Amino acid sequence: MDVWASIILSVCAASTPLLIAATGELVVERSGVLNLGVEGMMIMGAVAAFATAQVTGNPYFGAVAAIIVGAAFSLLFAFLTLTLVANQVATGLALTILGLGLSGMIGESFVGHPGVRMEAINIPLLSDIPVIGKIIFGQDLIFYVSIALLAGVAWFLFKTRAGLMLRSVGDSHNSAHALGIQVIKIRYMAILFGGACAGLAGGHLSLVYVPQWVEGMTAGRGWIALALVVFASWRPGRLLIGAYLFGAVTIGQFHAQAVGVPIPAQFLTSLPYLATIVVLVLIARNRRLTMINTPAALGTSFVPDR
Amino acid sequence: MKKTLFALAASVAVMLSGQALADGHAKTKACFIYIGPTGDFGWTYQHDQGRLAVEAAFGDKVETAYLENVPESAEAQRPIEAFARNGCNIIFTTSFNYMDPTNKAAKKHPKVKFEHATGFKRESPNVSTYSSKFYQGRYVQGQIAASISKTGVAGYIASFPIPEVVRGINAFILGAQSVNPDYKLKVVWVSTWFDPPKEADAAKALIDQGVDIITQHTDSTAAMQVASERGIKAFGQASDMIKFGPNTQLTAIIDDWAPYYVERVKAVIDGTWETQDVWHGMDHGSVVMAPYTNMPDDVAALATKTAAAIKDGSLEPFTGPVTKQDGTVWLKDGEKSDIGTLLGMNFYVKGVDDKLPQ
Repeated sequence: MDVWASIILSVCAASTPLLIAATGELVVERSGVLNLGVEGMMIMGAVAAFATAQVTGNPYFGAVAAIIVGAAFSLLFAFLTLTLVANQVATGLALTILGLGLSGMIGESFVGHPGVRMEAINIPLLSDIPVIGKIIFGQDLIFYVSIALLAGVAWFLFKTRAGLMLRSVGDSHNSAHALGIQVIKIRYMAILFGGACAGLAGGHLSLVYVPQWVEGMTAGRGWIALALVVFASWRPGRLLIGAYLFGAVTIGQFHAQAVGVPIPAQFLTSLPYLATIVVLVLIARNRRLTMINTPAALGTSFVPDR
Repeated sequence: MKKTLFALAASVAVMLSGQALADGHAKTKACFIYIGPTGDFGWTYQHDQGRLAVEAAFGDKVETAYLENVPESAEAQRPIEAFARNGCNIIFTTSFNYMDPTNKAAKKHPKVKFEHATGFKRESPNVSTYSSKFYQGRYVQGQIAASISKTGVAGYIASFPIPEVVRGINAFILGAQSVNPDYKLKVVWVSTWFDPPKEADAAKALIDQGVDIITQHTDSTAAMQVASERGIKAFGQASDMIKFGPNTQLTAIIDDWAPYYVERVKAVIDGTWETQDVWHGMDHGSVVMAPYTNMPDDVAALATKTAAAIKDGSLEPFTGPVTKQDGTVWLKDGEKSDIGTLLGMNFYVKGVDDKLPQ
C-alpha cells in the first residue's frame, strides 16, 4: 500500500505546477486575454525561487519571490497588450522567449548547486495515518495552495459580482465598457494574477519537484498548462480533472514501462499528449457547450471608442 | 529563437576577435561549438573543461573561442563557417547532429581542421571524428550495482534507443551479471536528453517498482536528487554529480575530453595533424570514473580492479559468452565483439527487463 501512496504523491507533484499555472491562465483568458507567455513567466518564477531560497536559505521566501517575479514579468505583457494595444499572440510568444533567455542569464551562477528543498509538512498523528496520511496531511505547502487557489477561483468567477464582471469583460469588452465596467483595469489585474500563478508554478519546479536550477528546466510545461485551459473549456472543475489526468498518465506510463507492459515506449511517452488531444476532440464535438464557455472576446484587443 | 540570437551575437564577437587577430602574431586558434550552455553541469560543461585544458597546456601559443547553445540543425552552418573564416585553425563541433554542417564547412575551408564529436562522416581530408567508450564505465557500474543491491534490480533512465545508449545498457547488465548472474535491469525511456522534472518522475516510478540503484543516460542531476531523497544509491552521468547526492552517488562516468583536445591542438601547432577516427576509452583517459563512494571497501576494490583491467586492455566488457535477449548466442566463449556491431548495436543482451523500442 505504501507504493500506492508513493505513486499518488508522484502524481500530485507532477500535476501541481500544471494546475497552478493553468488556474492563472484560466482567469486571464476568462477576462478575454490570451497570454502565451506562461512558459516564460514560469521559468522566471523558477529561477527567482531558486535564487532567493539559495541566498536566504528559506524555501518559503523563494515561493514568495516566484510569485512577485511572475507577476512583475506579466506586467510587461499587460503594459504592451493593454496600454500599447500590441498583438496578444506575438507579445505572449515574445514573453516566453525573453523569459527563457533572461532566466538563463540570471541563473548562470546558480547552476550546479543543489537547492533548498521545500519539505513536506508534517502534522503529528494525522501525517502518520497509513496511506492517506501522507497524501492528505503530508505534502508540501504549494500543493495545498494549488487546491485552495482553484477552489477560490471557481468561487470568485461564478459566485461573486467581481467574477461576473471579469467574465463579462471576457465575453464582450464593448458591452462591458458601455455598462461602465473598467475593462483595462480588470484585465490588468487578471494578467497580474495569471503571472503570479505561473511564477508560483515555476517555483514549485525548482523548490519541490527538482530542487535545482538549470536553464530551460520548465521544458514546455507552460505550454501544457495553456492546452489544459482549452481542455477544461475554461471551467475550473474540469481543469482539476485535466491536470490530474495528465499527471497520472505521465507517471502511469513510466510504471507501465518499468513493469514491462508490451507497448512501445515511444507510444507510452506520447500518451499524455494523445490523451489531451482525444479529450479536446471529444469536447469540440459538443459545439454548443464549447460556445457557451469560450470567452467570446478572447485574444482581441480593446480600444475604448469614447 | 533564443539560441539563434545567442549564436548571432556570439558570431559577431567572433568576427571582431578574428579581425584583431589578423594583424597580430600567428597564434593557433582552437574553436568550439557547443550544444548547450557551458554551465549545464554535464555534456557541454565537460567539453569546456577540455577547452580550458588546451589554454592551460599551451598558454600564449593558443587562443580559444566558443559558442554556446548552437542548435543541432542547418543553422549550425553559419557559426561554424564564421569560425572558419575568422582565423580558427581547428574547430571542434561537439554534438552528433553537427555532422553535415561540419562536413560542408570543411569542404569550403580546406585549410581549417575540423573535429566532429560522436559522428562518422569524414568527407574531406580535413575532418576527423572522435568519441569515447563510455560503455566501459557502464560495465564497472554494473558490477558495483550487483554487488551492493538488495532487491536484485537496478533502474536505468534512458533517453533515445540509439546504439550509444543501448550499448551502455548492455554493458551495465553484463557487468552486473559478472557478479550476480540473476541480476535484473528495468529500463524506462523518457524520450529526451534533458527534462529534469520528467527524469525525476522516471526515477520515482523505478524506485516504486522496487529498484534500489538508479543509473541514467540523460543529462540532468534530477534523478540523483530523487535517489538521495528516497535513500537509495545512484550513478552520476557525464560529470561528477556528488554535490547532488553526497550520500547517494556510488561513482560517475566522467567524460574527460582534455587529453584528446590537447593532443589534437598540439598536432595543429606541430603541423602533424591528419584526419582520423578515434574511439578512445579508459586507456587514453577519456573515460574516467569518479571516486568510489558510499560503498563497502571490497566493492570499491573490485571496481578499481575492473577499471584497471579495462584500462590495460586485459578486460573487454563485450566478451563471450554473451546471449542476446531472444536467447540466441551473440558471442561464443572468449569471442570479442567486432567494432561494427558495437557501433550499430540495436539489440539487448539477456537480463534486460525491457523490450527495446525500434
